Amino acid sequence: MATLPPSPFDRDRRNRRTMVTMSIVGLAMLGVGFASVPLYRIFCQTTGFNGTTQRAAAGVQVKEASGHLLSIRFDSNVQPGMPWQFHPETPTQTVTVGAKSMAIFIAKNMSDRPVTGSAAFNVSPSQAGAYFTKIQCFCFTQQTLQPGQEVRMPVLYYVDPKILDDPDNKDTQEITLSYTFYPVEQDRKAS
Amino acid sequence: MTTITADHHGASDHGAHDHHDADHKPAFFQRWFMSTNHKDIGTLYLIFAIIAGIIGGAISGLMRAELAEPGIQYLQAWAQMSDGPSATIDQAYHLWNVLITAHGLIMVFFMVMPAIIGGFGNWFVPIMIGAPDMAFPRMNNISFWLLIPAFALLLGSTFVPGGTGNGAGTGWTVYAPLSTSGSAGPAVDMAILSLHIAGAGSILGAINFITTILNMRAPGMTLHKMPLFVWSVLVTAFLLLLALPVLAAAITMLLTDRNFGTTFYDAAGGGDPELYQHLFWFFGHPEVYIMILPGFGIISQIVSTFSRKPVFGYLGMAYAMVAIGVVGFVVWAHHMFTTGMSVNVKMYFTAATMVIAVPTGIKIFSWIATIWGGSISFKTPMVWALGFIFLFTVGGVTGVVLANGGVDDVLHDTYYVVAHFHYVLSLGAVFSLFAGFYYWFPKMSGRMYSEFLGQLHFWVFFVGVNMLFFPMHFLGLSGMPRRYPDYPEAFAYWNKVATHGYEIMAVGVLIFLVNVFWSLLAGKKAEGNPWGEGATTLEWTLTSPPPFHQFETLPVIEDAAHH
Ligand code: HEM
Ligand SMILES: [Cu+2]
Repeated sequence: MATLPPSPFDRDRRNRRTMVTMSIVGLAMLGVGFASVPLYRIFCQTTGFNGTTQRAAAGVQVKEASGHLLSIRFDSNVQPGMPWQFHPETPTQTVTVGAKSMAIFIAKNMSDRPVTGSAAFNVSPSQAGAYFTKIQCFCFTQQTLQPGQEVRMPVLYYVDPKILDDPDNKDTQEITLSYTFYPVEQDRKAS
Repeated sequence: MTTITADHHGASDHGAHDHHDADHKPAFFQRWFMSTNHKDIGTLYLIFAIIAGIIGGAISGLMRAELAEPGIQYLQAWAQMSDGPSATIDQAYHLWNVLITAHGLIMVFFMVMPAIIGGFGNWFVPIMIGAPDMAFPRMNNISFWLLIPAFALLLGSTFVPGGTGNGAGTGWTVYAPLSTSGSAGPAVDMAILSLHIAGAGSILGAINFITTILNMRAPGMTLHKMPLFVWSVLVTAFLLLLALPVLAAAITMLLTDRNFGTTFYDAAGGGDPELYQHLFWFFGHPEVYIMILPGFGIISQIVSTFSRKPVFGYLGMAYAMVAIGVVGFVVWAHHMFTTGMSVNVKMYFTAATMVIAVPTGIKIFSWIATIWGGSISFKTPMVWALGFIFLFTVGGVTGVVLANGGVDDVLHDTYYVVAHFHYVLSLGAVFSLFAGFYYWFPKMSGRMYSEFLGQLHFWVFFVGVNMLFFPMHFLGLSGMPRRYPDYPEAFAYWNKVATHGYEIMAVGVLIFLVNVFWSLLAGKKAEGNPWGEGATTLEWTLTSPPPFHQFETLPVIEDAAHH
């Protein structure tokens, strides 16, 4: 019996079933494509992939690794056309690994209207991202500056001492923390 | 026994208007515009692919003309034709980007895929498994006709603004942010929509092939007896089904970023342009195998036919393709080595990529083992198949070189990469297409091609493409970046050689076209099986061309091997 051809009725039913199954597979992959947006963000945040920095609560306890110094360089940018001046108070700091430190950034609205901005951030080299931990940062929220207003914004951070055990970071002597301010209510349409 | 009788009716009911005349064809408009016959749809796909291939090939001719010498020769004049007499040099550069984009997209989505899957897949998968037609003939028709608006959108996009000048100038990869904030105007939207439509058609086609191959096989045609070409199309269809929806999602987000203010790929709103690259290459790497796996299948049939031996290691050949398909989904970031990955991630993607070379090697050695000791006849299809094996191997070797993350830091985005993928595509996939075309031309048309012109075509084309693409290895190794219309004097020599190679290749294409037209008009009538005892698959048991409806009585496959 096994070699007998299936009846056309059976075959049409099986065809339809295969088609439905395969359509579900295709739709599932479409879902995977869109789901990759939040998945990718979570992945970067947990692994520090691509220089995504880490975040810690205010009361966090870290052990200083005294004698291990790192140079932290600050980089600041605004998107072209955004009427702000934005720069760090000091371009570099030398910190002890594990010690909490504070950096001050200064932003000034040069225009005659209030402008709201939000800052995107990143560290380089990217393999240091997993260890660069921020306790407090102006980049966690949006900032609104009135015309002519100038603000001093603190960043409270430390470099996780686990960086000393990571072979990928054995050559890391300097970490650059970079911020770019983008205007928030801007028309981003390309066309 | 009653089941059998009932079945014979079932098979002939399948779309046939006249039970007694298998060759009864509908009228012209019905037949070609509302076709549900897998052979006619296959023919439409092949005609479409040849036209698209000529357009895509002509575009690359423009590019080689401009690249023949350092400096800008023609680009400015062409830009004036496209953007008006006051076209700036920036608009000329934009036109260059439009040319490379159009060439890549046309060759991938409108030439190779329609020809190898839509054309040969439609024509021969049902016949090779002893089925009267595809599982869903009407869906098959839709798949083909979706290609037409898709192609029209892509060609139309070159006439509307796309940023600096007219047309979409994003490269076939459509990376953000160049494709979002960098390309104002409707051109890129049209190109993205074109990909959506072509992709939808391909997904429908994939579902159709999977259903056909899983359910429509003749009695006795078990999975492990299917010809390797059918296996290759089955694996390809699964790759399409799993990869294309991800591309659809990725480019849909491009569209919303462009038009509706979302920021999936825009750091300003918390997105990341690199996410697009991950999504694109999660599709893109399987896509390169989508273009070559059916070629593997074709080469297996041809090598076996003209060596008069079954394929060496049939099961190994089938499962090597499955392995290539599976591993192909976990190597995508070898296209992104220079985006700043950690050493560990690079090592993983290097190792995983090299793993693919193992099943690929199995295939190459099995082809050689099939030829070994066979009674070989060097007919045109066999010559193309041998050319394929040789040249594809060259491309595979440069692929393994590029797979080394450290080496790729130097070679990424140079002409070395251009050389690599043209060896596997223009000399790999395209050679398998020509091989398949000559192999099945007598079956499809009922006429023999001219053996002399076929051989001449091979040698002219072989010399041309090697002269065109081999020097690109040298250019890449000495640092010439890809995607620029101009270059320093130091690269002049090999670029000149490459352009002459293009001219020779173009003559080869002309010989091909002459051969096709001459053979259709005056070719000798082809027998059912012109290739002799080596040709064991079911299409050779039918007349040439096959009746409009084949297998009204389902063939029963005996235990003798049928690969
Ligand atoms: C042994 C197998 C292969 C290996 C190890 C391999 C490896 C690679 C690597 C590492 C790259 C990235 C180079 C770069 O951008 O810097 C690449 C690019 C490429 N490969 Fe392969 N490859 C293989 C086979 C193939 C095949 C069979 C095809 C198609 C039929 C193919 C088509 C391409 C294309 C189109 C690109 C360039 C994409 C682009 O940047 O536009 N490769 N390959
Ligand atoms: Cu790849």
